[in-house]
Amino acid sequence: MKGAEALLKALEREGVEVIFGHPGGAIMPTYDALYDSPIRHILVRHEQGGVHAATAYARASGKVGVVMATSGPGALNLVTGLADAMMDSTPVVAITGNVPRALIGTDAFQEADVTGVTMPITKHNYLVQDVNEIPRVVKEAFHIAATGRPGPVLIDIPKDVQLEEFTGSFDVVLDLPGYKPTLMGHPKQIERALDALEKAERPILMVGGGAQHAHAELLAFAEKTGLPVITTLMGLGAFPGNHPLWLGMPGMHGTVAANRAIHHADVILAIGLRFDDRVTGKVSRFAPHAHTIIHVDIDPAEIGKVVRTHIPIVGDSRLVLKELLKGAKPLRLAAWWRELEEWRTRYPLRFKPKPHLQSQEVIRAFHEATGGHAIVTTGVGQHQMFAAQFFPVTRPRSFLTSGGLGTMGVGLPFAIGAKIARPEELVLDFDGDGSFQMTLQELATVVKYKLDVKIVILNNGYLGMVRQWQDLFHAKRYSEVYLADSNPDFARLAEAYGIRGIKVERKEDLRKGVEAVLNADGPVVAEFKVYHEEGVFPMIPAGGAAEDMIIEHPAEREEVEA
Amino acid sequence: MRHVISVLVQDHPRVLNRITGLFARRGFNLESLAVGTTHIPGLSRICLVVSGDDHTLEQVEKQLNRLIEVLKVTDHAEPHVERELCLVKVHVAGVEERLAVKDIQEAFRARVVDVAQRSLILELTGDSKKVDSFIEALRPYGILEVMRTGAVAMSRGERTLKVREKKEAV
Repeated sequence: MKGAEALLKALEREGVEVIFGHPGGAIMPTYDALYDSPIRHILVRHEQGGVHAATAYARASGKVGVVMATSGPGALNLVTGLADAMMDSTPVVAITGNVPRALIGTDAFQEADVTGVTMPITKHNYLVQDVNEIPRVVKEAFHIAATGRPGPVLIDIPKDVQLEEFTGSFDVVLDLPGYKPTLMGHPKQIERALDALEKAERPILMVGGGAQHAHAELLAFAEKTGLPVITTLMGLGAFPGNHPLWLGMPGMHGTVAANRAIHHADVILAIGLRFDDRVTGKVSRFAPHAHTIIHVDIDPAEIGKVVRTHIPIVGDSRLVLKELLKGAKPLRLAAWWRELEEWRTRYPLRFKPKPHLQSQEVIRAFHEATGGHAIVTTGVGQHQMFAAQFFPVTRPRSFLTSGGLGTMGVGLPFAIGAKIARPEELVLDFDGDGSFQMTLQELATVVKYKLDVKIVILNNGYLGMVRQWQDLFHAKRYSEVYLADSNPDFARLAEAYGIRGIKVERKEDLRKGVEAVLNADGPVVAEFKVYHEEGVFPMIPAGGAAEDMIIEHPAEREEVEA
Repeated sequence: MRHVISVLVQDHPRVLNRITGLFARRGFNLESLAVGTTHIPGLSRICLVVSGDDHTLEQVEKQLNRLIEVLKVTDHAEPHVERELCLVKVHVAGVEERLAVKDIQEAFRARVVDVAQRSLILELTGDSKKVDSFIEALRPYGILEVMRTGAVAMSRGERTLKVREKKEAV
């Protein structure tokens, strides 16, 4: 058995069913072995598409996503996707070929120092120097990727190692003395947390992506206590978006109710989130009335990194919530809820109707037509925030977006990964004309594997989010954001790939357009020509606080006292 | 504030890169770094001198602990021994200068490790402050070159950097 076959066998033993990848010189021995392997391979058209698809596969399924690429350019095309998976704590294993050992360091053809380059953007990485180490490295890589705070792990394997005769064993025992994630929360701290919540007058529960797997425990705990629940962008779906206890998303484009609740809260229970600057705004003005912040996170380094924490609980969110639930009591929050209810009813997410077709109404129409029952993926920008606002998902692992890194172009490859992970689900990619064009080559992957994904391009002809900032903060100097003069005809582009293309330009055609997308047999690219001057509101400007919230465009401004 | 931190690591390739890369990426201020093998095969020990406030130091420790190959991190806040080794090549033109340098050498309990016609190499071991003063004392005679190892440290008494101690990691 060659190293390449040993590698695939080791992957099989880890339960790998799908690999997203693209072949090339230095990984050819492994692709040769793949020819006889039961593992399914999805051939993407660019390695970036592969790593994003693997990321979405992991997020949608809860399993580890696997991507494979060749040395040098192939591996370097994974960089953005690995950084994205790192920022959003997603378990991905990347396997890259490298030049033969004797050529490493000689600037050989297609050589790059991939372990060096990916060191800061992976949870860990390996350069395999000995063929018999393959089973141990693979076992460790999957363990590290999937446990503790999940993240990407890269395995770089020189071509001659892939070709070498394997004489080792697959029975390897994990031995990682420096890696022992703490899973159980400290009982004393859990007790203190419950005590603080019981004494609180205006408590809130904030959850992030680290609670996606803890949705059942979260729901039970929230319902038992009656705590208001706020979910970050990465936490959307961890708590049902149609639940009466849900206040929405916090932060820059969060709801008035969520941001005000944080502003006025006296006790904050934060679970599986890292107080990103898009959530906190200016940290010194974040949650000024909170005398107790309880932070539950599996990564001790996140606790106290951004905000002062009074009760730190290091542990797995699901296990900690289970413990919290044991001691949970219904809290007396009637007065607090009266306030929250007022904010919620007075400031729902809304937009001023215009004669033109608007992104928000397109997304809302899809939400109504599907009952919110879909896996949503997005690119990055205005359409992403509109999707977060107007497509409240009700199930975990069903809103797949690039949170931390803000990677434009993830929408289509995320849809591919999600569809392969959960083929029975309706997968909707809400994309922007700018974002979509960053990875549109993956339409070929959609065709190749007959993936029934619905790509909804909200085409405003601009890099809308940049334009919005220019509008508000750069005196309307619209520098290099105009796309409409050179955008393709997206429907015809889709047709060129053999995918059904739909174009909707008028408000009155919205319903028909949505139905056409949802009723189409197979993949669709639907272009909705939307109003280009739309802004995402509410908005807390970068570095601002809840008090600085802008509810509507300044031209129609209605300031809100926090 | 200055902190001396000892880190026990598995001596895998690039483990030092991971640590220096972490410091560069997170903007931590590294004053010196010394590394060597230990009595246990496969384990190396690194001593870092870091400056920063309490919040920064907490992050330094936590971020170091996130590295898979890091087994143990200790901030030597407790009584500890700290030493640095320094070689100084100093210019000595004549007998008088040679005698004066010899006085400094004796005062600091340094050793002469190389004698040439117009230069001496002196070796000094001590904490970083002592090394600083030694270099300053020699400066008027014409220092030709200096090499310092960076501080190494060890807790006093029975406290040790234990290998098997459970560490919080992710």
